[in-house]
Amino acid sequence: MSFDIPEDRRYLESHEWAHEDDGVVRVGITDFAQDELGDVVFVELPDEGETVSQEGEFGVVESIKAVSDLYAPVSGEVVGVNEALFDAPELVNDDPFGDGWMLEIDADDTAELEALLTAADYEDQIA
Amino acid sequence: MTDDRVRYDQARYVEDGQYEPLLSQKDLTRVEIGNGNDADDAATAGETAAVDSPLPDDLTRDSLELPALSEPELARHYTRLSQMIYGIDSGPYPLGSCTMKYNPKFTEDVAAFPSAAVHPDRSERSIQGTLEVLYRLQDYLGRIGGMDAVTLQPPAGAAGEFVGIRVAAAYHEYNGEGHRDEVIVPESAHGTNFATAALGGYDVVSLPSDDAGRVDLDALEAALSENTAALMLTNPNTLGLFERDIEVIAEMVHDVGGLLYYDGANLNALLGRARPGDMGFDVMHYNVHKTFATPHGGGGPGAGPVGVVEDLEPFLPAPRVRKAGADDESDAASAGRTYELFDPDNTIGKVHGYQGNWLVLLKAFAYIARLGDAGLTDASAMAVLNANYLASQIEYEVPYEPFHHEFVASAGEQDAADVAKRMLDYGVHPPTTKWPEIVPEALMTEPTEVESKATLDRLAGAFNAVAEEDDETLADAPERTAARRIDQTTAARNPRLSWHALEESSGQ
Repeated sequence: MSFDIPEDRRYLESHEWAHEDDGVVRVGITDFAQDELGDVVFVELPDEGETVSQEGEFGVVESIKAVSDLYAPVSGEVVGVNEALFDAPELVNDDPFGDGWMLEIDADDTAELEALLTAADYEDQIA
Repeated sequence: MTDDRVRYDQARYVEDGQYEPLLSQKDLTRVEIGNGNDADDAATAGETAAVDSPLPDDLTRDSLELPALSEPELARHYTRLSQMIYGIDSGPYPLGSCTMKYNPKFTEDVAAFPSAAVHPDRSERSIQGTLEVLYRLQDYLGRIGGMDAVTLQPPAGAAGEFVGIRVAAAYHEYNGEGHRDEVIVPESAHGTNFATAALGGYDVVSLPSDDAGRVDLDALEAALSENTAALMLTNPNTLGLFERDIEVIAEMVHDVGGLLYYDGANLNALLGRARPGDMGFDVMHYNVHKTFATPHGGGGPGAGPVGVVEDLEPFLPAPRVRKAGADDESDAASAGRTYELFDPDNTIGKVHGYQGNWLVLLKAFAYIARLGDAGLTDASAMAVLNANYLASQIEYEVPYEPFHHEFVASAGEQDAADVAKRMLDYGVHPPTTKWPEIVPEALMTEPTEVESKATLDRLAGAFNAVAEEDDETLADAPERTAARRIDQTTAARNPRLSWHALEESSGQ
């Protein structure tokens, strides 16, 4: 089975993706992760204004099979939360890299992204 | 005087067109609230008293609408409910690791004896028989597990685990070793082990299995340190494999000052053959519903006694039962008592009211007493034989051997959850699925000692029929049960958590 792994973003070993645009990093989970989890039924996210740290837990995703912690790809302040997921958690399954995004973080230092996996690295990891 | 509001659903003809209710007037008036002046006065018994309630008006009511059902209607209602479910009294229930044992009915008879219904606050002198049963059960369990002392108080296996870890913590604290903050748990362990360690305030160190499915000694060596409070192990483990290196493991844990905890979930495989105490375990819990045959507690109304070695005895929950006169200060002999309650010196305190769930303990006692040493040894032999026979008859692969009382087959290319749902169509309960995770699409199966060869063959027939079927058939299963496949996703996304939701949906 092959999974989408867009090259325009970075990845964590714990299967989150990070896409930076003008200092704001958008975060979600990968196609592989949503497939492993199965139907997502609940997503717990922080409030806007809270701070997160790189590799720190920022929320929880729950599927019919498992409950998993979510880890932040960069440190910074939460400036956006995808509230659509609260009523429609299936967006994570349907469009993990698009409408299924979870957080937007105003990164303290976008250079932190350099430490994360590239698309090619991540592809090797899940191969 | 007749109260017009009282109507009788059942009555019998007496004479001259008169009927009399099958319920006596006395029974009926008992549910009314009398005015307190003269409860026996038939003229006043039917009246209700105005009560000055502290509750807000919208939370009180003046009348109750109770279901008006005749006895046959009620009997049929409950019989129908009992037929809609599948239980161990309906057929085989090979839910691995849960050990769904048939509960022999004689234990219910014993628990129903009037002499079993004693108030726990009665004087010790007047409940010597009860205390004797508890004392003897402590003794039985101690001998079965190779433990020096036993508490019967914890109300479930998981509660027993928590008590065991609390006792271990108290022991370390007492010895000035309170810095020990890690509990090591094998990856394949029961989920309760991780939860127990975390709830006990410990950091959980997860231990990988070796290729043969047992504890990896190198990984254990690396995980052990002066911060190790305990290693929690099940033996045989969740793959049904005996930890052959258990004596080495015990030595390694003890060398760093840690304690070895035995999860009693699989003790039924060892009954009468091997004892955790002899293997070097320091503290253990007993799942009396798995090892013996009492109702499952569902985390509460069961029993999960805990046994410990001598060094840990002073920390056990209070009170325990002992022979009277053990304490020199006691004047027990003159008071006519043979057994008495006492508080261990450094007890962690109470973990449940009184002696735990007494009637469950009584059933465990009755089962052990009825089977005796030979019977218990025979039970573990039959449990292992049945698991091995069943495994030999099914087409699914069983990757890890030699197993004991349970085995983990792999559904291979099939989805284990779908296999389980399809097995329902063949009139049997499926095994535990998708766990432990080291076997892909796991079918964790434990037939227990109670099943006959004919039943095991029927069970194997169900496994093998499903093994031949295509994914489409499995995905649509079950199709022969009262309830078809449950939509888990919708149930989780839009949970309806009260009966009010039923009314809403039936109105649509």
